[in-house]
Parts: sequence; structure tokens; C-alpha cells
Amino acid sequence: MQIDIAILLALVSAALWSVMTRSLLRSAIGLAFTSVILTIIMFRMGSPLAAVFELSVCAGLISVLFVSTISLTHPLTAREVLQHMRERLARFWLLPVILIAVGIILCLVTIKPVIPLPPPEPIKDVRVMLWDIRKTDLLGQVIVLLTGVFGVVILFKERVKK
Amino acid sequence: MSAEITHLFVVSGLFAAVLSVIGIYCVLMTFNLIRALIGLEILIKAVTLLIIVAGHVTGHEALAQSLVITLIVIEAVMITVAVGIVLGIHSHTGSLDARNIRNLKG
Amino acid sequence: MYSCLVLAPFLGVIILNLPFRAIMRKAAFWLCLLILSAQICLALFPAALSRLCGINALGSFLQFDFTADSLTRLLLLCIGIVLFAVLFVQRYIAKEEARFFNFVSMLLLTLAGMNGAVMVRDIFSLYVFLEITAVGSFILIAFNDDADSFEGSFKYMVLSMVATVLMLASIALLLVVSGDTSFSALRSAIQSSPNKVLIDIALAIFLCACFIKAGLMPFHGWLPDVYSSAPASVSVLLAGIVTKTVGVYTLMRIVGSVFGFGGPIKNILLVVGALSVVLAAFAALGQNNFKRMLAYSSISQVGYIILGLGCGTALGAAGAMFHLFNHAMFKSLLFVNSAAVEHETGTRDMGKLSGLAQRMPLTGVTSILASLSAAGVPPLAGFWSKLLIIIALWMAGLHSYAVIAVLASILTLAYLLTMQRSVFFGELKGDLARVKESGFCMALPAVILAAITVGVGIAFPFVINIFISSVSGV
Repeated sequence: MQIDIAILLALVSAALWSVMTRSLLRSAIGLAFTSVILTIIMFRMGSPLAAVFELSVCAGLISVLFVSTISLTHPLTAREVLQHMRERLARFWLLPVILIAVGIILCLVTIKPVIPLPPPEPIKDVRVMLWDIRKTDLLGQVIVLLTGVFGVVILFKERVKK
Repeated sequence: MSAEITHLFVVSGLFAAVLSVIGIYCVLMTFNLIRALIGLEILIKAVTLLIIVAGHVTGHEALAQSLVITLIVIEAVMITVAVGIVLGIHSHTGSLDARNIRNLKG
Repeated sequence: MYSCLVLAPFLGVIILNLPFRAIMRKAAFWLCLLILSAQICLALFPAALSRLCGINALGSFLQFDFTADSLTRLLLLCIGIVLFAVLFVQRYIAKEEARFFNFVSMLLLTLAGMNGAVMVRDIFSLYVFLEITAVGSFILIAFNDDADSFEGSFKYMVLSMVATVLMLASIALLLVVSGDTSFSALRSAIQSSPNKVLIDIALAIFLCACFIKAGLMPFHGWLPDVYSSAPASVSVLLAGIVTKTVGVYTLMRIVGSVFGFGGPIKNILLVVGALSVVLAAFAALGQNNFKRMLAYSSISQVGYIILGLGCGTALGAAGAMFHLFNHAMFKSLLFVNSAAVEHETGTRDMGKLSGLAQRMPLTGVTSILASLSAAGVPPLAGFWSKLLIIIALWMAGLHSYAVIAVLASILTLAYLLTMQRSVFFGELKGDLARVKESGFCMALPAVILAAITVGVGIAFPFVINIFISSVSGV
């Protein structure tokens, strides 16, 4: 229980660092780091398959996507970065203050409700669940993949032609 | 045992709420389009955390895992399309400053 | 059998992209037309076609859980008609065949998403198909390939993803209350569960998500920008059906089938509906841009639908669904006409247009019919649906809301007729003398939509039972 709270604190601080840091590249790497910590939480909560998906897709594919986008859109020069950092700090200093205030308020809220839980599920296997019971979601995933890939191809094909 | 687990759920729910505050602050306050996408990503991670903990608390881990797997696939497609549109904006206006894309208000 | 409506567009896109380039480019338009006609027939006459379809014999591999009750069939009909209009408008406007081919493929995939969204009975599958619709819309909005459309697409994307995250958070909370995500399991769990706090939080979050997606006040900020920056046919698509499916239908289905019409829900719906109706009508009065004014008008009319739902009575719900159908028809017609005007004159500024009725008589007449229907003038269809909503409000004892609805209807008449007068009547300006009437492909959807508006209005006693029966689905 204590370990869980410590890992959750690490998750929040990784996300906070990712938002507050000055360069975009560090933000993307911070996002990947947040994904890794979320994977650890998922393993502890008894969801190993989802953890593996999260690791490979979010900490892998999406970080590669962000890093390649950042390198395609030309980065700022060093002097622009310094001025940009000063402007950012002027806007973003409010965030840790808000979070500390929210954290204090939430610590004072000591509700320990007793939530009656629904009955446990009859099927424990994720593969059976995903392929048999949630077949409609699988069809949806396939259509989303086709739509996304097709859409991006159309967007880029139009621009190359111009 | 039951009180322990529901306490874990409440604590995780509060942390997910804190994570969403970080995400929304990032989307609202940034001047860079890519950082807005990172804020959206953090929001989706908060919701993934909430679904996994909900599954663990009720014992329905298989259902929660199926939902999260579908969610991750859809989120990856969304971010890909979002990056495509950001690259489109960049090729038309030459910069990724969110202040430049305010010319539709009128 | 209803899974064909999702599988057919999906397989159609795959077939269209096989490497027989020349044949496929010509076939795209006709394939899409075929699928849409099949959808309209299926929505109107389900029993007749189920005897013809032998698709049930395809085995258990293709057994998806798509079911259709009357509300679903009503929405399938709306989707079919509006996409039919979008197809023809784009055919008229598109300059190259390759771009039109890509447009048709994207349109078919969005069609698959919307059909799936109205046919599932599970809250997470609803989310999945709404995302398909969303991805399709983002690409379609950015189809024009200029800076404004990309900007509009980005704004829509950010707001849509925030609303999606809220919807998922609500699903996660509902997962703790019940162990399952299907509508029936959720309904029984909510009625028998003592977790009132969790259910109320989940409901509040879900309502916020639906309001953002439907573009109601106070979450309407994205709507005028996105509607006016999208390409002309995509504006018809968005205003006619996408906002209604992902926002209003989701609200109707979830509030009706999962949460039930409790006390606080009704008050929230009434307040939000009244705010949208009044504030958007005032905002529409001061607009110069054709499309932005129509966008604010959309917000106002969707507010009427929410007011009808908020009554909580069967008459109110029937009025809301009838107004949903009417709004899809007349708003699509208004946007089709704005597309025609924009295509022929090249501008959207109402200050520069005047006296167009002399050069574009068909567009002028259909535009007048749509405006009168929107304002609620008898005997057009809009009059009957607004009358139903106002009577339902009055009979439920909500007299002040009924009065607000009537006053806002007068405002609607005011701004729409101002637009009509300034654009279509008056003196013909010099540089507009060379404008000619729009061609066959643009005129056909306008005529069909106008005929539906007039026909449904005149034949009101015969069609009313369609809408009464769809109330049973909620």
C-alpha cells in the first residue's frame, strides 16, 4: 500500500517534470518516462497484458512519433530558447503551487468509504474476453486503424503533390 | 480487506484527478502545439490509470485489460492523426506557435 | 443483419483501394450511392429486407452485437439522407477525380463509424465507434488543405479528445459500480446500487462530455470556428449529422437507457437547453459571415432538442426526436445552399451579396423553405416539432421555459429572414451579374431535402407515429 502511493507520487512528478521542462525534446522523453512508471503500476495491479501494450505502444511508438515530429519542425536557436524559457516560467510557475494546494486539500479529505463491489467475473482469461466477448471492439479497432492510416496517407499525399 | 482496497481506489482516483489537472493546465497554458498534444497524452494516461485501478478493485481484471488495450490502440491512432495535422499546420504557416492560430475568431 | 451497415462501408473502402485504379475511381461514386440507398431502405422498411438477406448464414464468426430499435432506425435514416447530400455536393465542388476518390473513401469510413455508434448496446463500444467518427471528421475537415481548415481541425481535435477523456473517466467509475459495460447490466446495477455519490459523479462527468461534443453552451466555443473553416460539403456533414450523432444521440441513449430520467438530470438539461437557445440566437443576430451565423443557429436548435428532452415526458421526448430529424434536414439544406452560393460567388460575407434570387432562383426558394422551417412557420415540419416541444413544456408545468422557447423562436425568424433578405432579395449588385444557377448535382440534394421538409410538414399526422414509437427506445 505504501509502495503503491510512492509509485503514484513518482508518476505525478514525472508528468509534472514533463510539462514544466523547457525543451520539447525533454518533454517527450518525460512522457515516455511517465509511461514506464504507469507500466509498473499496471503490473502491480494484476494487469500484465495491458502493461506490455502500454510499454510498447506509449513508451515506444508514441515517443518515436513525438521525437521525429520535433526534429521535423525546426527547433529554436539557443538565444530564442533562453528567452522562451523565461517567458514559460512566467506562465507555468502557477502549476506546482496549484498542485501543492490541491494535494494539501486532498490529504485533509479523509473519506474512507465502504463501496459495495459487484460480483466477480466468471471469465478470467483476457484472450477469451477480448476475442469472443468484446468482438465489436475488435472490429472497431480495425476500422480505426484503417481510418487513421488512410487519413494520414491522404493528408501527406495531398501536400507532396502540391 | 475490502476497506483496504477501496481506500486504494480512492487514493488512486485522487492521483488520477491531480494528473488530469496537470494535463489540462498544459493544454490551456502552452503556446506550442506539440506540448498541447503532450498534455492530451497525460490526460489519457490519467484515465488509463483510473480504468486499471477500477478493474483491480472489483476483481474484473480481464475486462479492464481488454478495455485498456483497445484504448491504447485508439489513442495511438489519434496521436498519429494529430501529429499529421500539426505537420500540416507547420507546412502552411511555418511555425508551431499556438498564438498564430487565432485568426478564426470573429 | 445490421452488421452489414458497418461491414459494408468498411469492405467497400478496402475494395476501392485495390490496385485497379481507373475502374475504381469511376466506381467510387456509384458504390457509395448504393450503400447509402441500401441504408435508407433498411431504415424505412426493416422487415421487408430481412427476408431478402441471406447474410445470416455467414456463420458465427461475423456475429457482432449490433441491434436496432426505433431510435436507431430514425438516426440511420438521418445519416443516410445527409450523407447522400454530402456526396452530391462534393461531387459538384470537387475539381479532381483523385481528390474526390479519397473523399469518398474517408466518407465511407466515417459512415461506418456513425452506423456502429448508433447500433451498439455497450457503453465502451459506443466510445470506440465515436472515435472512428471523430478520426474521420478530423481528416475530412482538413481536406481543403489550407491553413484555416487545419486550424479548425486542430481545435476540434483538442476539444473532442478532452470530451473523450471525460467520457472514459465516467466509464471507469461506472465499472466500479457494476462489473460490466453493457447498457442493460449498467441499468440494473445503477438502480440497485447504494453507491449514490459515485453514480452522481459519473453522471455529471458524462453530461459534461456530451455537452462539449454537442456544442451546447457553455462549451460551444469550438463550433463556429470549426463549421466556418471546414470545406463546404464537410460543413453539411458536421452540422447535419455528426454533431447530432456524437453529442445528442449519446446523451439521449445514456440518459434514457442507463441513468434514467431523475430529478437533477431534468433540471440540468432544461437550464443548458434554455441557455443555448437564447444566447446562441442573440449571437447569431450579429454575424456577418454566412456560415458562422448558421453555426450559431445550429447551437440554438440543438438547445431546443435538449429542452424537449428535459421535460421528462414522452411527448417531450417525441418532440425532441422529431426536431432532431427536422434539424438534420433543414440545417443540411441551409448549408447546401451556402455551399452553392459560395461556389458561385466566391465569398461568404453577407455584406457583399445581394439580390441573388434573380440569378439563382432554385437556391433562393429552397433557402426560404429551410428558413421558415427553422423558425417554426406552419405548415412546414419545423412548426410541428417546435409545437410539440412547447406543448410538452407547458403540460409539464414549466411555463417559463415554454415562454422562453416561443420568444427564441421569434428571434430565429428574425435573424434567418434578415439573412434571406440581405443575400437573396434586394438589388442585384453589379459584380454578381455573371452568377449562374448551380448545376444538377448541387440542385438535386437541395430539392430532395426541401421536398422532405415540406412533405413531412404536410403529412404530419401520418408520420407522427414513427416518432412516438421511437420514444419507446429511450
